[in-house]
Amino acid sequence: MSFWGRFFQNRLALTGGLIILILFGSSILAPLLSPYKPDEVNLQEVLSPPSKDHPLGTDELGRDVLARILWGGRVSMLVGFVAVGISTLIGILLGALAGYYGKWVDSLIMRFVDIMLCFPTFFLILAVIAFLEANIWNIMAIIGLTSWMGVARLVRAEFLSLKEREFVLAAKSIGASSFRIIFYHILPNALGPIFVSAILGIGNAILVESALSFLGIGIQPPSPSWGNMLTSGKDYLEVAWWLSLFPGVAILFTVLGFNLLGEGLKDALNPRLTDRSA
Amino acid sequence: MADFNPKITKEARERLKAYYGLDKPLHIQYFIWAKKVLTLDFGRSFAPDQRPVIEKIMERIPITLTINLFSLALIFFTAIPIGIYCARNRGSVGDKFFTVFVFIGYAIPSFWLALMLIALFGVKLGWLPVSGIKSVVGYESMGTIEKFLDISKHLLLPVLVSAFGGLAGLARYMRSSLLEVLNQEYILAARAKGLPEKSVIYKHALRNALLPVITILGLSVPGLIGGSVIFESIFSIPGMGQLFYYSVMARDYPVIMGIVVIGAVLTLLGNLLADIAYAIADPRIRVE
Repeated sequence: MSFWGRFFQNRLALTGGLIILILFGSSILAPLLSPYKPDEVNLQEVLSPPSKDHPLGTDELGRDVLARILWGGRVSMLVGFVAVGISTLIGILLGALAGYYGKWVDSLIMRFVDIMLCFPTFFLILAVIAFLEANIWNIMAIIGLTSWMGVARLVRAEFLSLKEREFVLAAKSIGASSFRIIFYHILPNALGPIFVSAILGIGNAILVESALSFLGIGIQPPSPSWGNMLTSGKDYLEVAWWLSLFPGVAILFTVLGFNLLGEGLKDALNPRLTDRSA
Repeated sequence: MADFNPKITKEARERLKAYYGLDKPLHIQYFIWAKKVLTLDFGRSFAPDQRPVIEKIMERIPITLTINLFSLALIFFTAIPIGIYCARNRGSVGDKFFTVFVFIGYAIPSFWLALMLIALFGVKLGWLPVSGIKSVVGYESMGTIEKFLDISKHLLLPVLVSAFGGLAGLARYMRSSLLEVLNQEYILAARAKGLPEKSVIYKHALRNALLPVITILGLSVPGLIGGSVIFESIFSIPGMGQLFYYSVMARDYPVIMGIVVIGAVLTLLGNLLADIAYAIADPRIRVE
């Protein structure tokens, strides 16, 4: 069966894809979907429960929760994609160098990976934030710079087995440069697993961003983010359940969407796995 | 920190900087710090109490470790039976239920789960306390058993929250690992000679299926320790994670650096324990 055939047979992957499509659509169309602006303060309607005017209620400043969730989705998606872009690029570069050249290049890079892996990632991120200013660009860069190790290991393993194949020997024998062999011959053959790990990474990056924002060291108010909405939700837990319920549901479904899609793609890319773990 | 006081004179600011060693270039500061760390001297906190960093961390480590050990135990003793159940009843309603549970466990933000549990058990039902590790009022006058119950009640939610994500992942791993082993020929041989299903699973398959699970459990240690920042600040638990959070907010660099180092040590310790457990479970890799 073809890749797409297997993909469309996988209900989990389809569900994930659908969730992400909806999310994309609502992030792009945020200004059209809600008549309110995310920072529109209305002191007449403070902490009002879900109603016809405000389907998900309002927060402590009378801002519409639905509008803030929609705009917060833009922030989360942006952080997720940029952070994973950074980590995937670093991972591919270091993994390819280590796997292709082997010997001391490999030892050097892989020992560096080991060192990075012996710190709890969340500690590392918090420590770096303590030295920098917490804004969206720094957050994306820090998450990216602390989550490339898995990709590097994956790419290295792919390169180790691919570089022994005949097409690499053929490319070498007609005098192709190392650069050409790495990026035009080997890398395209390793893209499948890299893509899967990137999709799974987006969900993780969104989780980390929301946790940081929740702790008050991520996206700073008044910019809406699902994490910092929950920070204020925490203070009104007893009187306004809608403040802490909906942003959390948004995070849950977003991460779930990316994870389902990633797992589904993994199965679809690797037919041998499907009969075992589906 | 002197930047925040507009009235400070230039001389006083320089004196403060020199006092804390912040007047030297960053790489020199780093080497001074690293040299001291080799002798386990992490310097003194920038906080008003100015206590040695190592002292501040050490008094808070026991509670963090206790919660993490309970979480690890909870993960281990629930994830493995769930994984075995799913592998044995593959495709059943129970298996499908746990598959959904696993995906939710991966995707749920732990701090939100904590908020929801606080809202349900703390605020709505009023069954469990939601902050600290013991009652503020009346703890001293309790008997030993009451004290124990009191602390258990306080720790129940934090342990549950910190274990949740890892539990889901490990159950999934156990399931696929056992399924893989059950496909092997020696399992077929065991079944062919007429062994009851129980001894096929628990005597022949389980031990081999557990090996990769032990590795994963060891690898989950840094995640648990990192997560302690989140649940300790939500549940106001006076552990290392909460100290780290306060230090980040206060830019207390000596404490931050100290905790990062201790975090790395704990991670390596976790890996070492996993390796030892691996050797116990698998006689083949024991070194003479």
